Amino acid sequence: MESSSNGTFHLRRTRRKRIGMILAGVLFLATILGIVVLVTLLVDVAMQSRAWLDMQFLNSLPSRFADQAGIKPALYGSLWLMGLTALISVPLGVASAVYLEEYARDGWFLQLIQINIANLAGVPSVVYGILGLALFVRFAALGQSLLAGALTLSLLILPIIIISTQEALRSLPTGLRESAYALGATRWQVIWSHVLPNAAPGIFTGVILALSRAIGETAPLILIGALTFVPFLPQSAMDQFTALPIQIFNWTARPQDEFRGLAAAAIVVLMILLFAMNLSAILLRDYFERQTAGE
Amino acid sequence: MSTESPPTSTAPESAAAEDRATARPADDLTQQVYDSPKELAIKYALGACALVSVFTTLGIAAVLVIESIPFFQEVALTEFFGSAEWTPQFSEKHFGIWALLSGTILVTVISAVVALPIGLASAIYISEYAADGVRRVLKPGLELLAGVPTVVYGYFALTFVTPLLQAVVPGLGVYNALSAGIVVGIMIVPMVASLSEDALQAVPDSLSGAAYALGATKFETVLRVNVPAAFSGIMASFILAVSRAIGETMIVTLAAGASPKMTLDPTQSIQTMTAFIVQVSKGDTPQGTIVYQSIFAVGLVLFLITLAMNIFATRITQRYQEKY
Amino acid sequence: MPTDMPNDNPRPDSSPDMDETVSDSAPEPVSANGQADPDDAAAAPPKADPSVRPKIEIQDLNFWYTDTHALKGITMNVKPHQVTALIGPSGCGKSTLLRCLNRMNELIDGTTLEGDIQVDGQDIYAPDTDPVMVRRRIGMVFQKPNPFPKTIYKNVAWGAQINGYTGDMDDLVERSLRQAALWDEVKDQLHSSALNLSGGQQQRLCIARTLAVQPDVVLMDEPASALDPIATSKIEETITELKSDYTIVIVTHNMQQASRISDETAFLYMGRLVEMNPTEKLFTRPEKDRTEAYVTGRFG
Repeated sequence: MESSSNGTFHLRRTRRKRIGMILAGVLFLATILGIVVLVTLLVDVAMQSRAWLDMQFLNSLPSRFADQAGIKPALYGSLWLMGLTALISVPLGVASAVYLEEYARDGWFLQLIQINIANLAGVPSVVYGILGLALFVRFAALGQSLLAGALTLSLLILPIIIISTQEALRSLPTGLRESAYALGATRWQVIWSHVLPNAAPGIFTGVILALSRAIGETAPLILIGALTFVPFLPQSAMDQFTALPIQIFNWTARPQDEFRGLAAAAIVVLMILLFAMNLSAILLRDYFERQTAGE
Repeated sequence: MSTESPPTSTAPESAAAEDRATARPADDLTQQVYDSPKELAIKYALGACALVSVFTTLGIAAVLVIESIPFFQEVALTEFFGSAEWTPQFSEKHFGIWALLSGTILVTVISAVVALPIGLASAIYISEYAADGVRRVLKPGLELLAGVPTVVYGYFALTFVTPLLQAVVPGLGVYNALSAGIVVGIMIVPMVASLSEDALQAVPDSLSGAAYALGATKFETVLRVNVPAAFSGIMASFILAVSRAIGETMIVTLAAGASPKMTLDPTQSIQTMTAFIVQVSKGDTPQGTIVYQSIFAVGLVLFLITLAMNIFATRITQRYQEKY
Repeated sequence: MPTDMPNDNPRPDSSPDMDETVSDSAPEPVSANGQADPDDAAAAPPKADPSVRPKIEIQDLNFWYTDTHALKGITMNVKPHQVTALIGPSGCGKSTLLRCLNRMNELIDGTTLEGDIQVDGQDIYAPDTDPVMVRRRIGMVFQKPNPFPKTIYKNVAWGAQINGYTGDMDDLVERSLRQAALWDEVKDQLHSSALNLSGGQQQRLCIARTLAVQPDVVLMDEPASALDPIATSKIEETITELKSDYTIVIVTHNMQQASRISDETAFLYMGRLVEMNPTEKLFTRPEKDRTEAYVTGRFG
């Protein structure tokens, strides 16, 4: 490209090199911009929350008065939600993935289901909220209960669990299944004794990531009507509830500064919860990998 | 060894072993084990679970369509798609989707302007430039960024980014499309980065090797060989990220305001489709009113737009996966 | 070693209808005669004289992977209590043929099989034949040692356990490991992970695992190809010793190995059976030019 008409080359090496270095620098800056924003966000939230984050905050019920307000019901609500969502979505998602990977024959139907799952993963969460409102809150008459919320969040994270489980199943060596089949095992014996135990690390990681998505979701919960004043702890799956993201939204939306501080404190709690979940995902994966490698 | 191999310790088994060693009494090969009732029951139970995802899609479509019908019986399609006035709270109600749609488009465009270049640059850097050690820090960092709940981003937009922008942009209100758009952009950077990186990784090394062999420098190779070769994958990542921005709810609800209007001015307060849905459902709007029904109509439009974009992106991805 | 097998039933070639046991089945797709044959088998038990009835009879077998015609009209018999080797250049279909014998190929999507395979006179592809039952009777050892990521003990016991073995499991594990000539090396570490074993030990563990199900045919797909020479010779010894209890079909790309351990050898080329003969004859006086070219190393 650098040849001129009389057929000599002008390599312009220094210039090309300099452009290359500038470009690499720009790319690097763009890449760490994301990290910088993340750090800024975390530091900002931490600073804002300092005055509010204490045991009283963790132990109190929500209140009209900022200095008495706490997140106990929201924390309990989030933990309840997470537990129920896990109970519903994990068996359903893992079972779906097992069916799609181990049973379904290649064909248009399988293709259709796969495309459908990929698309579901891209449906906005607020649309899941609309579905939950119509299907669970009203049609199934579950009201604005924890169960309705958990069912809605389950449908929301189901595609994530299915896709990550499928990846975990696909990454197993085919020899594992073949050797079990060759011993006269049935499909289910192969799956239960070999496929699932060996895919467990990948499945666990995917499940925890999906649940950490669920625990941060706000819009679907607002849609099903969770944005109410709940000054009590949930006692059963049929109780009304509030959750951390709801509380954060509620406080952030208020104009007073002190409520912003409360929001920041609640964000810190939520982020710690998310961080703990991610850490446990990593630890679990390590544990399983050591197990498989032999004791 | 073969002769003494079955240790004759326990009588009945060794007898069985003897028998087997010569010729097993014709085993019943037709005993149905593979398709035993238990196996079939498990298979159908798992299959039923797999169908849940299909019914979810059908459920979404059914709910949106059925619940929109009463709305469209009162509001003509010509007004819905033909008007840019959205005043459900006024006594003289107007339901022109363009007021909300333009808000969504404005925020989405701002977010794309932020996210696409940064995301693509990150993808190029991570896939082509970063040393292993750097990559090991950057990738989890971006994953963390992707894991931040949107309500937290909303808080960040309202309490940090907006005041920052107000210092630069004179007359910027508390609620504005600019701040929301920028933060939505930051939110989708990891998505663009990781999907584009996948596309770049899928480009065979032989292709860039050929460019190096012709004397091209690194940046020439990356920009003229790798990026064009991964073009369709990168496009797919853009479309998916934009679709995600369109569906984003909490950031715009908190930071962009609640005033539906058709404007291209990013400093204005606007309202997106998603923010409207939240606004109605968090209030005390009684069921059965036209305002309440309108969220299903808006939801339907939102669903169709994101669905179309997702399908389009999947098509593109499939095409580039076939290529290599 | 193969030479000491009595050649009391010399067969000039492997033409389809050279012995009376080939029943009424025309060389057509899967037949309905699977139900009738078990009675035959019961009436004339094969244990009386191994030469009367082949262990495995393959009739006009055709096999496709989606569009690839991998096996073309294979007809051959495998005698009981012998080692039969399948040889041929890579891609000739020898592994595919082996995997047809215990219905492993049908685990792959898009495959089609036509023809007839009978084991002890039972059609293993009959519509009402259960693939799991077939695989219990016909075990398989794979090219790459692939023990389960479990303990040695569990590797051996699992197959028997799922097949409802009610006897003394410790005894069965020991017996199987002894048969695979692995017992002495692992008896003190039965409950440690199988993945800590060497490649050769892992492969013998896979053999033990297969034997624990008490099959009567053992299929081996290049069982020593991933192993060093010492491990290979141990595997070969084991195979030779297993012959008296089991019928063995082994795929190998190593012609020396075929000549060392097998009694009969089948040479496949491009999906067709070119020649099947007693091993010694096939290697020293092959009938077909192509066989000669292959065994003398002129191609492949």
